[in-house]
Amino acid sequence: MKRWLAGAMVFIVLTLVGLFADPYFISLMTIVLLFAFLGQSWNLMLGIGGQLSIGHALFVGLGAYSVGVLYVKFGISPWIGLSLGMIIAGSVGAILAWLSFRFEVRGIYFALLTIAAAEFARIMFGGWEFVGAMQGLFFPAPTGAIEFSMLRGGAGFYYFVALALAALGIIGTELISRSYLGYVWRAMRDDEPAARALGVRTFRHKILVISVSAAAAAAGGGILGLVQGAIFPDSIMGMGLSVDVLIGPVVGGLGTTFGPLIGSLAAIPLNHLMSAIGDSLRIPGLNNITYGIVLILVVWLLPDGIWPAIARLCKAIQAPSRVWLPHLRKAEE
Amino acid sequence: MTALLEVKNLSRSFGGLVAVKDVNFTLEAGRITALIGPNGAGKTTCFNLVAGSLNPTSGQVFFEGRQIDGTPPEIVCRMGIARTFQIVRPMRDMSVLENAMVGAFSWTKSVREAKSKAYESLESVGLAGKANARTDQLTLPDRKMLETAKALSTRPRLLLLDEVMAGLRPTEAAGVVRVLQTLAEGGLTILLVEHVMRIVMEVASNVVVLHHGAKIAEGSPAEVVADQKVLDSYLGAGFHA
Repeated sequence: MKRWLAGAMVFIVLTLVGLFADPYFISLMTIVLLFAFLGQSWNLMLGIGGQLSIGHALFVGLGAYSVGVLYVKFGISPWIGLSLGMIIAGSVGAILAWLSFRFEVRGIYFALLTIAAAEFARIMFGGWEFVGAMQGLFFPAPTGAIEFSMLRGGAGFYYFVALALAALGIIGTELISRSYLGYVWRAMRDDEPAARALGVRTFRHKILVISVSAAAAAAGGGILGLVQGAIFPDSIMGMGLSVDVLIGPVVGGLGTTFGPLIGSLAAIPLNHLMSAIGDSLRIPGLNNITYGIVLILVVWLLPDGIWPAIARLCKAIQAPSRVWLPHLRKAEE
Repeated sequence: MTALLEVKNLSRSFGGLVAVKDVNFTLEAGRITALIGPNGAGKTTCFNLVAGSLNPTSGQVFFEGRQIDGTPPEIVCRMGIARTFQIVRPMRDMSVLENAMVGAFSWTKSVREAKSKAYESLESVGLAGKANARTDQLTLPDRKMLETAKALSTRPRLLLLDEVMAGLRPTEAAGVVRVLQTLAEGGLTILLVEHVMRIVMEVASNVVVLHHGAKIAEGSPAEVVADQKVLDSYLGAGFHA
């Protein structure tokens, strides 16, 4: 219950940010929240389902292009584009997983396959004139009027869309974790042969978790395209985006519900800040260097991520004996 | 007595090595059968063939009259055969109770039902008091019993136990023996792969002896220890029951 209260408070604060903060901060926070959601989708797949993807940009891009092509070329509402994108990405994820696991390609080799698939899609979209090829696809400039049925509005509107998406991601992850899928997926993540011996049909569950994760990533990608106002294959389907997606959960805490949000809150503003400082000091690439150093420090000092460290700290403050005694006993042994 | 499981002419080779050679035995419902033999006799291979983790090179396995050899392990489990692993494999970041719940999801999707079944399984192996502990806080005998509880949550009619007593002190093993006896009295059929002869004598009503992949003897514990072939190949000349 306490977790939910803390979560609700975080969202109240974030709502106030959306209402009163200055436009630059709002647009930065929109990206943070979107990447929190994308990280959540990736986290579901690796942190709970145990399947590593380094090509999540594929699903993000499929979502973005579904929304973009339908809206820009045919004037169809992004709501339909989002739904279609989720179906396409979910199916592509399922087919990729089916083919891969059918031929016993798993673990790190599956991860390599996700990179290959994302690169394939990037090059394909880059050469496809109908979707704008390398020149990209541009949404018409927003008029500033909020049109909910067309998911169009100003920066403030998209901030709240991203906030809703991030909240949905957290609630969805929590519900899945507590359902039978959460138990079965974590069992499969920890030890596949042991899970199978307990009756877990891991083949279909691996396909399912990848498909759900892909569909969620596509929803995030669709909104990301709208927020950025343009879609380019190199950025929306590139390796860089795949890496950006996984930074949040890795920094925040893999497999935890709040990790992706905490990680994005820590990592993305830092990146922007360093990039601004780098610009003013005329040191190009300062953001990337800092990013690398921070990542190394996090992996080194907080290998479980930031969120588990915070959770441990809270518990230690509430009940020092319960948490620390076993550790002390262990140390004595 | 009806045969719950029937193993017919079962063989399995790995390359040129014949690990299991033309083995036959049946398991009677509600009884404890032990599979014994020296290291490398093919006990675990035999066990994996029944559990679906390996496919036989030739021969069949029938469970309740249905042929099950070559069926994947998760389906074998859903048919009513649960197994444990020689190396204990608790799931990290999951409590003892949560570990015991996973097996129940082979027959229900309700978390509440799984939880109550998991409590029941933990109770029957004497771990109910540690339901909320983390698995890394458990002692070795408790971990072995957790493996058994995990298997019990799948509601098996046949339980396959791979060396549950290995590495336990005699008093700890005695506790495990009591648990197994209670389970068998409740109607569960058990096949155990075991090394510790004293325990086999105490708990099993039927013993199958393997040597170099082939069955060399079968019978009650008393019959088996009196068998000259068993004495020569496994127990050694000096064994007294």
